[in-house]
Amino acid sequence: MVSVLQDLGWSVIRFVDHLGKIAVFAGQIGRALFTPPPRLRPFVNELFNIGVLSLVIICVCGMAVGMVLGLQGYNTLVRFGAAQSLGAVVGLSLIRELGPVLTALLAIGRAGSATTAEIGTMVATEQLDGLRMMSINPIHLVITPKALAMTAVMPLLSGLFIVCGLAGGYLVGVGLMGIDAGAYMSSLENAVVFRDDVAGSLLKAFVFGGLVGLIATYRGYTCAPTSAGVSAATTSTVVVSSVSVLLFDYVITALWGV
Amino acid sequence: METGASSSAAAHVAFENVSMSFGGRRVLKDFTCRFPPGKISVILGGSGSGKTTILRLIGGLVRPNRGRIVVAGHDITDLSETQLYAVRSKLGMMFQGGALLNSETIFDNLAFPLHEHTRLGERDVADEVHRTLTAVGLADVDTLLPGQLSGGMIKRAALARAILLKPEILMCDEPFSGLDPISVKRIEALLTRINQRLGVTMLVSSHHIPSTLRMADQVVLLWNGGAIIGTPEKLRTSDDPQIAEFFNEEVREDSLEPTHTPAEHWRAG
Repeated sequence: MVSVLQDLGWSVIRFVDHLGKIAVFAGQIGRALFTPPPRLRPFVNELFNIGVLSLVIICVCGMAVGMVLGLQGYNTLVRFGAAQSLGAVVGLSLIRELGPVLTALLAIGRAGSATTAEIGTMVATEQLDGLRMMSINPIHLVITPKALAMTAVMPLLSGLFIVCGLAGGYLVGVGLMGIDAGAYMSSLENAVVFRDDVAGSLLKAFVFGGLVGLIATYRGYTCAPTSAGVSAATTSTVVVSSVSVLLFDYVITALWGV
Repeated sequence: METGASSSAAAHVAFENVSMSFGGRRVLKDFTCRFPPGKISVILGGSGSGKTTILRLIGGLVRPNRGRIVVAGHDITDLSETQLYAVRSKLGMMFQGGALLNSETIFDNLAFPLHEHTRLGERDVADEVHRTLTAVGLADVDTLLPGQLSGGMIKRAALARAILLKPEILMCDEPFSGLDPISVKRIEALLTRINQRLGVTMLVSSHHIPSTLRMADQVVLLWNGGAIIGTPEKLRTSDDPQIAEFFNEEVREDSLEPTHTPAEHWRAG
């Protein structure tokens, strides 16, 4: 019993210690944001790596999720004679919840893990120490552009995911199940409120982007300088980021009703 | 020959009673040493004896548990990371694995510190990079990535980057490790020439005895947790049979003790 309590105590201490270190790390990134010179080239490179290279997977997954929603939604709504409301169901589900969350989870798997692995490899091969020895702050040059790009790209990817999902729902509802196209679009238009739903969705995606960017860069930056250390950090990024996104999703929804 | 301190009065880098441990394993214990300006000091010792740690301590990449370190007149022991950048501008470091940015070409790796710390135009940067690469015998590798170079070429590229900003103190971590004899001679000649022409203080960590004997002005031998400091000739002709053995690269059967602290199960096995 005592040892279980001890283990629990140590786990809590380690967790709080990590939280403190992440807060300090976030502060360093925040300070680096306003320290000249601006790192535009690395930032644009990261926008490409995280954003452009994720386009295909986001479009395919968005379309697939939209099609499934269309199918499931139709089968449920038709029992109540409300099949004409399919546009509203697909739209609200995607915009308020599935778009930002699934985009974040996809981005974690594709770009978050890659970010951690890249930074971890730089730690293991002393590239970051090499920068320090040239009086260049690696947080300014390497970390901040990656974290910032993840934050900036996430709302855009989420928006794309939602659009592809709506198209997928339209294809199934209108093309396959024979719902009237005008009814699908008008129910969507009537149900979605820009300020509450779309702006809230983008805000969620923005928060998730910041969260994933922070965790992915922190894990890479603090990983053990070995291949096993890089591997463990990459796994940890996927697990911790995914859980954090889901927890924050609840918190944001509870606080702001988004 | 002295134990624990050099005879040089003016030191470019000085350690005073520095102790350093990693996870319970003590690497340096009350290490005191002075590295004279303009000379080549070679830090010798077995694997895990603390050679690289000494260089990393000088660069402020790790902090000592105890003691004081003075680099180019600055006591760096308690400096913040930001304050350290000013001191590091006087240092150049050639890492064991090169530490070149592996997503950038060799040209960009060298041009980068010039863009960061000088106001040179593109043409002047290119000229400076080419001049330095030529000086280390790498005239035609501009567009290659570090992963496309051999071990010896990577070390020379890393050396070129380390000397590009004309440091006062040049540190080389294991510059001869993993190289064929010709590459060893080439790097050794390069280091000696850089020291003679630029007059930089050079600190080289190595366990390559022949090169050490040829190029070192001062040798710091990390031995049994302490340090033995002297000229190569004095250490080579030491009365201590163990030190003489080390320099003559002989191994006695009864001295085959592992340098690292082994895991208990390994010792038991």
